[in-house]
Amino acid sequence: MSSPVIALVGNPNAGKSSLFNQLTGLRQKTGNFPGVTVDKKFGTWSIDAQTVATVVDLPGVYSIYPKSLDEQLVTDILANPDHTDYPDVAIVVVDASNLHRNLLLFTQVADLGVPVILALNMLDVAHKQAKEVNAVKLAMRLGVPVVRINARTGEGLDSLKKAVTSQIQEPTLPGKLFFDPADEAPGLIADTRQQYGLDNNYLALQYVIQHDGFTFLNRQQQIGLDALIDKYQFNEQTFQAGETITRYKRIAAIVAETMTNQRPIGQPTWSQKLDRVLLHPVWGYAIFGFILLLIFQAIFAWAQPFMDAIDAGVAWLNGQLKESMPAGPLTDLLTDGVLAGVGGILVFIPQIAFLFLLISLLEESGYMSRVMVIMDRIMRKFGLNGRSVVPLISGVACAVPAIMATRSIGTRRDRLITILVTPLMSCSARLPIYTILIALVVPSQRVLGVFNLQGLALMGLYLLGLASALLAAYVLKLFLRTKERSYFIMELPTFKLPRWNHVGLTVWESVRSFVWEAGRVILAISIILWVLASYGPGDAMDQAEARVRQQHPTLATDQLQNQIASERLEASYAGVFGHFIEPTIRPLGYDWKIGIALLSSFAAREVFVGTMATIYSIGDGADEEGVTVRERLQQERNPKTGGPMYTPALAWSLLIFYVFAMMCMSTLAATQRETKSWKWPGVQLLYMMSLAYLAAFATYQFLK
Amino acid sequence: MSKRSVADLKIGERATIQSFGNQVMSLKLLEMGCLPGAEVCLCGKAPLGDPICLDVSGYCLALRKSEAATIFVD
Repeated sequence: MSSPVIALVGNPNAGKSSLFNQLTGLRQKTGNFPGVTVDKKFGTWSIDAQTVATVVDLPGVYSIYPKSLDEQLVTDILANPDHTDYPDVAIVVVDASNLHRNLLLFTQVADLGVPVILALNMLDVAHKQAKEVNAVKLAMRLGVPVVRINARTGEGLDSLKKAVTSQIQEPTLPGKLFFDPADEAPGLIADTRQQYGLDNNYLALQYVIQHDGFTFLNRQQQIGLDALIDKYQFNEQTFQAGETITRYKRIAAIVAETMTNQRPIGQPTWSQKLDRVLLHPVWGYAIFGFILLLIFQAIFAWAQPFMDAIDAGVAWLNGQLKESMPAGPLTDLLTDGVLAGVGGILVFIPQIAFLFLLISLLEESGYMSRVMVIMDRIMRKFGLNGRSVVPLISGVACAVPAIMATRSIGTRRDRLITILVTPLMSCSARLPIYTILIALVVPSQRVLGVFNLQGLALMGLYLLGLASALLAAYVLKLFLRTKERSYFIMELPTFKLPRWNHVGLTVWESVRSFVWEAGRVILAISIILWVLASYGPGDAMDQAEARVRQQHPTLATDQLQNQIASERLEASYAGVFGHFIEPTIRPLGYDWKIGIALLSSFAAREVFVGTMATIYSIGDGADEEGVTVRERLQQERNPKTGGPMYTPALAWSLLIFYVFAMMCMSTLAATQRETKSWKWPGVQLLYMMSLAYLAAFATYQFLK
Repeated sequence: MSKRSVADLKIGERATIQSFGNQVMSLKLLEMGCLPGAEVCLCGKAPLGDPICLDVSGYCLALRKSEAATIFVD
């Protein structure tokens, strides 16, 4: 069985991802492109009984001259036949309603010598704009197969299959280059071809112009190309400008022959009409603000019934296990260690699902680009970019993909600042902590009839995260100076109805990776913690128990058991550990139990709740059923004052601490990967932790 | 008189691109279909007046005023 590689190439918004989903269905995976950390989407497509192709979805680009890091990848693959992802066939997806601009990329890819198929998409949109494309004429003029498809409905996939099969069996390439650089710079192209053993003029040109970005060329080869540029006094920018203009001229001639356009000039499309409202000086911001509020309502209020159900389910399972299994360390480990920890994570699935559902709806509909436009001016003041909005909003879900999303920002400084401040956005891992602590100190009341007071408190914390991210960006801007010019040039896609299967996949992927990635860390830490909390140095724990029995001979069994459990925990390894760090966190209002949770949550914030669950269910002693961590915390008494342990001062101090704290190894690793240095994750860790400590200290001292 | 640029257009006003004031920026703009001789129309502005939205070769391009100022029109 053969397995050819098929790459999907195209402009952003041309329908590449729709086609990708159509071809691969649920047989898709994400991974990294070899050597870089851009998300690589690949899947399998059964073309016929003998052939299962690997389909690779490449980042959307306007030309093969990259403007940002993720775009670099496209040329890096298409110009390097030895690359593992080098396609046997490239399907270039073009938006028929914007044929002129879309063909630029197509002619460049074809000129590189990759066997191509042109997939003519969005003919329905073109039709609505009174534009008709003659695919047969287009195929004849371009010299490559042209297939009419509808990537949303899946129409035309059979013809695409046939075209791909015949391109694999017998590649047809256009007879001559669409733009031949040898016409303009014959000596340079000939020399490059000869020295680098190339047989394609346009590929030779790419070696000359882009050699600094090509990872497959070694230092020696890159220096050799510099020498050639010097020899011929070649001006890359002028040449590239000339190339683009020449291509567009030839494209214009082809479009004039193959497309009829009867659209009345100056008639606004309904997207433009909608934009008048969405980009309106007042309504634009009002709508955006309302949508943000809606997201928080969804996360907090709408997800609640689902969360309660999961909570109850886990508690029920816990009870069942305790009843059916023999009492002993193994049962304790399973129920108090594993289930308590993992249950603390499962319960947040509804919130994460809602969050990603709404974010992906915003992206799908085309609204997200409008947000970038209305926010650019404001972001610029802080040293960011309109494009920083997507990382910042995604940061509300998880900083790791958000940091990877900064790759679409073309300017290095804008990108670095965005990376450094994104973790200040409150990610979903903080949600468990926020939810529990807010529920402790904020009453569940309705405000103005619709809003939940707890939801508003949650939104306040998110806004605090946002404000601190902007402020940090402003400070960083003062330190990071550069001559590079910041820019913002972006296509506004037309509004579309969301593709529900696409939305569903996004939600599924995010929930799955949250449960799987976070779940594994939490499981491991829960087990370690359970062991540390169940065993102590020497016979310290037994001594503690004996002491309690001696001191309180008259206590009722229940209370005695609680007292014993609590003293045993204090004498355990975990307790010793917590006591050791207590002096440093005492000014923030924390005790040694919170200290244990803080320490363990250095790996990932969501571990905090799992740890609390482990610590307090062990401290609990008696096997009460269905007690959630929140309820348990409410019952916790301060041994010194006798009042509740979790006073508003303590809870707010913890909340503020987690708003700012860099408690996530994966984020630091992502920053290291993306900046290719240890300096920036170091800076990030240091400034965020200082901020967290100082802010929590101030909060506690002020509210105490 | 200094050259008029796309940034000087009023909403709804049409113009034809003549030349560019910045070489690096022009490479990006050319690829996006802002070609000498192409007709553009300023179709809208972001709430604070910047970035602006340009109707060029059949689609909507958003760019900052400072970038639009490098596109000279007749």
